[in-house]
Amino acid sequence: MRISIENFTKSFGDTTVIEDMSLEIGDGEMLALLGPSGCGKSTTLFAICGIHRMNAGRLMFGDADVTEVSSQKRNVGVVFQNYALYPHMNVYENIAFPLKVRKESKAEVDRKVQEIAGLVHIGELLQRRPMQLSGGQQQRVALARALIRKPDILLLDEPLANLDAKLRLEMRSEIRRIQLATGITAVLVTHDQVEAMSMCDRIALMDKGQIVQLSTPKDMYESPSSDFVAGFLGNPPIAFLDGTVADGGFRLANSQVTLPVPSGIEVPGEGAPMRFGVRPEFFQPGNPLKVPGKVSFVETQGREELYDVTLENGAVLRSIQSQNAGFKLGQEVSWGIEQDRVLAFGPDGNRL
Amino acid sequence: MTSSNFRSWPLFLVLAVISMPLVIMYVYLFVDTVTDTTAGSLIPDRFTLHHWRFLWEEPETGRVSIWTVTLNTFIFATCTTLINVSASVTAGYALSRLNMPFKRFFLGGILTLHAFPTITLIISIFLILQMIGLYNTLIGVILVKAALELPLGIWIMKGFFDNVPWEIEMAGLQDGASRFTVWWKLVLPQVQPGVAALSVFVFLSAWSEFILPQVLAPSGSAQVLSTYLSNLIFDDMKPDFNMFKSVGVFYALPVIVIYLIFNKQLMNIYGGGTKG
Repeated sequence: MRISIENFTKSFGDTTVIEDMSLEIGDGEMLALLGPSGCGKSTTLFAICGIHRMNAGRLMFGDADVTEVSSQKRNVGVVFQNYALYPHMNVYENIAFPLKVRKESKAEVDRKVQEIAGLVHIGELLQRRPMQLSGGQQQRVALARALIRKPDILLLDEPLANLDAKLRLEMRSEIRRIQLATGITAVLVTHDQVEAMSMCDRIALMDKGQIVQLSTPKDMYESPSSDFVAGFLGNPPIAFLDGTVADGGFRLANSQVTLPVPSGIEVPGEGAPMRFGVRPEFFQPGNPLKVPGKVSFVETQGREELYDVTLENGAVLRSIQSQNAGFKLGQEVSWGIEQDRVLAFGPDGNRL
Repeated sequence: MTSSNFRSWPLFLVLAVISMPLVIMYVYLFVDTVTDTTAGSLIPDRFTLHHWRFLWEEPETGRVSIWTVTLNTFIFATCTTLINVSASVTAGYALSRLNMPFKRFFLGGILTLHAFPTITLIISIFLILQMIGLYNTLIGVILVKAALELPLGIWIMKGFFDNVPWEIEMAGLQDGASRFTVWWKLVLPQVQPGVAALSVFVFLSAWSEFILPQVLAPSGSAQVLSTYLSNLIFDDMKPDFNMFKSVGVFYALPVIVIYLIFNKQLMNIYGGGTKG
C-alpha cells in the first residue's frame, strides 16, 4: 500500500526533531530511512506506525487519511530492534497473538501460524520460548508476528543491529526475500549504508530531521546531491580534497597543484572554495591524471587492499586495489584520478 | 565441604555454640506444647495433648472458638493482600508508565509515607473508624492495613514495571491489542514474580499484624489470632503458659509453611526484572 507523509512535523518538548518533511513510498516498495543517530529516522518510523503522534502534517495509507487513527487500527506490522518478543509465551503463542486479539478461530489461527512459520523457516521452533532462540531465530519470529495478520505495511527498526556479522549477512537477504515474496510495502530504518543499499529499492537519506536525498542506491552512490551524502555512502568511504577555484580549475589548498574540473560542471567564481570527492575505486595507478603522494596506510582486506595516500599538502586520498599490488608503507607513488568520476561540491556542500 | 585449604569444623563449632540458645528455645516451644514438665526441671515428664484442647473443646462462655478466630485472620490477611496487590499493580503501572500530572509529587509522597511511622496515626484512624461505623469490624482493619502497606507495594511494583521493556507494549499495541489487553496479557505476566513476592509479603505482614486489630477491633467476632493470643494471657486469672505456647505454634505454622514454599519468590522482592 502506498504511504505518503505530507509536511510532517514532530517535536518533543522544545526540541523539534522533524520539520515539514514529506515523503512518498510506493506500493510494494522497500524504502530505507538512512542516517546518523538522532537524525529522526526512528521518529518517522514511529509516526508511521502510530506510536508517536504527529504535531503537524498528514499521513496517508493509500487513499485513507490515518493521521488520527490509533496504532491498533492502522494494520501495520513492526519489527523492533530488540524484537520485543513476549518472553512468557512460546513462539507459537507469540506469532498467534495478533490473531488471538482479533478473536479468530483456533483452526484459522493454526493454519495461518503454520503458513507464516514455513515462510520464515521456523516451523520446528514453535514450542520454544524466545529465550531459547538465537538472535537470528528471534528475528524470524518477530518477522512472522509482524506479518501474520497480513499488514498493509511492514516497518523494520534497525532489525539487524543486534545480530553478529555473519547472521546479519544472512538475515539481510532473508528479509528482502520475505518482503519480495509477500509484496508488502516496507520501510527499513538503519544507520548502516550497506544494509540500506543491499536491501532496498530506494533510500531516503536523512540528516537533522530533513531528507537530504531520496533516490535508488545506485543513483545515490553515483551522483550524491551533497558531500554529506557522498561521505555517508560507500565503504571504504570517499576521500575529500579541499581547495579553491583558480584559473577555471581546482587548486588544492596549501599547494600549487591545480586539477582540471570534470566536464559539464558550472564552476563557481574565481577564488571560491570547492571540494573534490574521489571514491577509492577511481584513484588507481593506471589513470592519467596523476597526483604524487606517499603511501601512509595499508589495510589488507583479503580480496583487496586499501591504501591511504597522503599528498604533499597533507590531504589524504584512498585507493582500493586488487591484492598483490605490492605497495609498501612509506613508498612514494604517483597514482591517477579518473577525472570524469570526480564529484565536485560547492562552498555550501551541494554538488555542482 | 570438601575444600582442603581450610578446615571448616572450628567455624561450625563456634556458630553452633552461639546459636544454641535460639535452637533450644525453639525446641522447647514445640516440646512444651505436647508435654508436661515439673517446675524447675528441663526434662519433660509425660506426653499429653491437653494443651492443644482449644482445637476441639467448646470455648468457655464469653470466649470465641479458635476456628472462628483463625478464619477471621485468614479473611483479614487474604482481603488485605487482594486489595493491596490490586491497588499496587495498577498504581505502580501508572507511576511507571503513564504521563500523569504531579508524578514526581506522588513518587515523593509515597516514599515519605513509606518512611512514616504509621503508629502515630492510630488515634486519628480510631476516631475515623468510629465515626463511619467500622470500629470493631474486620472490614475496618482490612482497609486500614491494606492502606498502610500500600506505599511499599506501589513502590515495589513500580520498580518491577520499570524493568519491562517499552517495546513489548509498543509491539502489543501494534498487534492490535487495547491498552488494557496489553497491560493484562503482556505486561502483568512480566512482573508476575513481583506480584507473587508482594502477595506473600503482604499476607504474612497482615497475618502477624497485632497493633491494628488490638486497637481497632479488640473484642468479639472481629478478633484475629494475634489478639486472641494476647487475650489468652491477659484475661485469665491463672495463665496457662503451655496452652499459650500451643496457640503460638498454631499461629506460626502457616507462616513457616508459606516461608518454606515461597522463599524463592520472597527473595525476588528486591531484585525485580524480567528474567524469562
